Amino acid sequence: MRIGVDVGGTNTDAVLMDGRNVIATKKTPTTENVSDGIVDAITSVLVQSATPSDKIQCVMIGTTQFTNAFVERRNLVEVGVIRLSLPASRGIPPLTDWPDDIRAVIGDNMHMIRGGYQYDGRINSELDEKGILAAARQLKAKRIKAIAISGLFSPINSAMEERAEEIILNEIPDSIVTLSSRIGRIGLIERENAAIMNASLADLSIKIVSSFRQALGDLGIMAPFYISQNDGTLMKAEFVEKYPVLTFASGPTNSMRGAAYLSGIENAVVADIGGTTTDIGMLMNGFPRESSLTVDIGGVRTNFRMPDILAIGLGGGSIVNTEGALRVGPQSVGYKLMDDAMVFGGKTLTTSDIAVAAGYADFGDPALVKGLSPKIVSGAVTRIHEIVTEGIDKMKTNADPVPLILVGGGAVLIDRDIPGTSEVITHEHGGVANAIGASIAQVGGDIDRVVSYDALGRDQALAEAKEEAIEAAITAGAEPGSVQVVDIEEIPLSYVPGGSVRLRIKVAGDLNLDNIARAGK
Amino acid sequence: MKIELNDLEDFARGAAFLGTGGGGDPYIGRLLAKHAIKEYGNPEIIEPEDLADDALVFAIAMLGAPTVLVEKAACGDDIDLAIDKLSKRLGRRPDALIPIEIGGINSTIPIVASVRNGIPLVNADGMGRAFPEIQMVTFNVYGYPPTPLSIVDEHLNAVVVDAEDAKTAEDLVRSVAIQMGLSVMTANYPVSGAVVKKYAVKHTLTLALEIGRAISHGRTQGEPVNSLLSYLESTKYYKHCKILFDGKIVDIKRETTKGFSVGHCRIDPLSGVGDSVEIIFQNENLVAKINDKLIAMVPDLICVVDRETAEPIPVEALRYGQRVKVIGASVPPVMRTLEAIKIFGPRAFGFEEDYIPIEDISP
Repeated sequence: MRIGVDVGGTNTDAVLMDGRNVIATKKTPTTENVSDGIVDAITSVLVQSATPSDKIQCVMIGTTQFTNAFVERRNLVEVGVIRLSLPASRGIPPLTDWPDDIRAVIGDNMHMIRGGYQYDGRINSELDEKGILAAARQLKAKRIKAIAISGLFSPINSAMEERAEEIILNEIPDSIVTLSSRIGRIGLIERENAAIMNASLADLSIKIVSSFRQALGDLGIMAPFYISQNDGTLMKAEFVEKYPVLTFASGPTNSMRGAAYLSGIENAVVADIGGTTTDIGMLMNGFPRESSLTVDIGGVRTNFRMPDILAIGLGGGSIVNTEGALRVGPQSVGYKLMDDAMVFGGKTLTTSDIAVAAGYADFGDPALVKGLSPKIVSGAVTRIHEIVTEGIDKMKTNADPVPLILVGGGAVLIDRDIPGTSEVITHEHGGVANAIGASIAQVGGDIDRVVSYDALGRDQALAEAKEEAIEAAITAGAEPGSVQVVDIEEIPLSYVPGGSVRLRIKVAGDLNLDNIARAGK
Repeated sequence: MKIELNDLEDFARGAAFLGTGGGGDPYIGRLLAKHAIKEYGNPEIIEPEDLADDALVFAIAMLGAPTVLVEKAACGDDIDLAIDKLSKRLGRRPDALIPIEIGGINSTIPIVASVRNGIPLVNADGMGRAFPEIQMVTFNVYGYPPTPLSIVDEHLNAVVVDAEDAKTAEDLVRSVAIQMGLSVMTANYPVSGAVVKKYAVKHTLTLALEIGRAISHGRTQGEPVNSLLSYLESTKYYKHCKILFDGKIVDIKRETTKGFSVGHCRIDPLSGVGDSVEIIFQNENLVAKINDKLIAMVPDLICVVDRETAEPIPVEALRYGQRVKVIGASVPPVMRTLEAIKIFGPRAFGFEEDYIPIEDISP
């Protein structure tokens, strides 16, 4: 049996799973000290099902703690930045476009050094090892322990970044080094930003991961635990301590993966309707479609592997304004729904009141919304459905109808067919879809590089890349037979001769539950 | 006019609008300019009218593949050397610099060149928008070639090119750029102040900045598209502007052939009822048509913007389902003469139609 946990900004959810079956679920408020909330939620599902803690084989956790910390500039550390690119890119030093408040936290510890590759993997400049050593000594003197390394075209060849890491660890053995090639794609500035963000979370990641460990220890759960990343696959806890930035945006991914799991449908549009917003995304082969655009997080531009999510201002707490033209949202009563909504004795007309008044939701006291004019109720119902319809249409890649899976607490708002969809699917455990998504996350592997089809031929180039990605997934703990290619993307490089193609392949496989006992904690 | 640090975002957004879908993501260019202005101060911008007739002016640009530019930005020294090499060839330093195009990334690169070298920047450019090739410049239209020109990479390898005509220059430049790693700086079109006064597209730095400001200002009022149109209407040459279409993207096809991103995009009315519009692009948006009838065409501007925020959408970011407005606008007379239409009118891009100005096409 395994446990999935989602530690969100507002709620901490837990779900106990046995194979494909959901045994128990629990939603509790997230606590200041996150481990308390986790202990509460897990205790509840264990007690509900009378399951002893030693029956738990594995725990999977999804969390927004790191994203929130970065956005709120909390618990971040000073970072040393080393870029291997000279003479190229001197015109844009690291942190050029970062907001001042976060630059103040990161500090001014930048070192641009000779090194880097060309787009086709040729060396652009030989690595200046002495320069790296000098930089390491300066960082050591400033007692900086968190270090980010970026290199020109490092996603195509990471050898120079790795060599730089070696030199730094030799000089500052207790430093924590982030390599840009491990977390980002082509696009030096965005990839470097991600590496610096990651390094700034070095202290917090150790603290959070150990509080997860402590929570499980307090509960007597000795099983290993994993943390889910933004592409719906799992990372070992030790890996998250090193790469916390990879958890950014894992929340929407987990809810979409949970939706796929609960419905048994792998290609669909998912709407996760919460209290204030609805997140809409496309499922492709059971995984969220990734965003192809750059994403700003806390004012910093990144090119993470992020689900392509459209957030719209509609939720169960959205305020229905009846003065003048009827409007629904984006203002919301948020977490005060239980006090402010009319069905709970409050004075604010919300979408939840409309759903109760229209007779397709049943909570609170329906008598309190009896007096609403039928015109307002039907007008608001129509508007709610229009908003969702429009959002879904924006996310679809073509006009063909697709199934719609509704999850989240606000799913009750939808009662009619949605144009552009073939069917509307809900599930009794839809409210804890993120925790379920965390519990079923897979182990992934991926490659992203420029290859020459003229040199290798397309078939062989693809085959080699696939094999490498599968190997990466197995190394990460995937069951060899279960690893499948989930996405292949080929981008012909304009202006580049020799049939050069930017090739991205992503594979994922089931976590081998039997192997994890041996893998240890 | 002035361009300061706080103007760069508006300026780059305006340049993206004038890029009509192409010209490269101005983000890298904006960062280069931001860093250069922080280090060297604001550029000195001079009006074309104030140039001496015998002044020497160079056009400055970055050239390469967009996919490489996002990884390998200029180092700065390469920009300086491009100017030095061309100066040496001509035996004279330039008195002023000018952007070769105002659309996209090359709107900001000349700012970097200007502040680093203390050479004023002319408030004008050579395309009035963005075009894909080096011969599609007004100076060339009126008989002033791009050569001699210099190309420099970040290792400070340099080549000076002479060519018999602009198209040959384009071919030579392209092959050198490939060898140099597809992200190079070039100084080209050495022309006199008199030529700039007569043939450049004037006041386009102001134009880009004001377009960006109109969009920003419109956002605070909740009416960015209207704000943008009101600004264009207030100008002398771009005043024939209109919303060509308001709808939703329902089909997008693109492929890369011969180094260009070529394709088309179909947009349906939001109601789902009525004619749809088709936009055909080759790096930039070239023509818009309804039922096979062209409703706007190069060199007039055709820009696809987000219908709520007026954010210009580059060709590579067009996607099914986006709600967009297609905006068309007239361009200055210097871009609409017979000679100009021959170099960058619809037939220059392989269309069968003759050029008709946007204001003469009935809706």
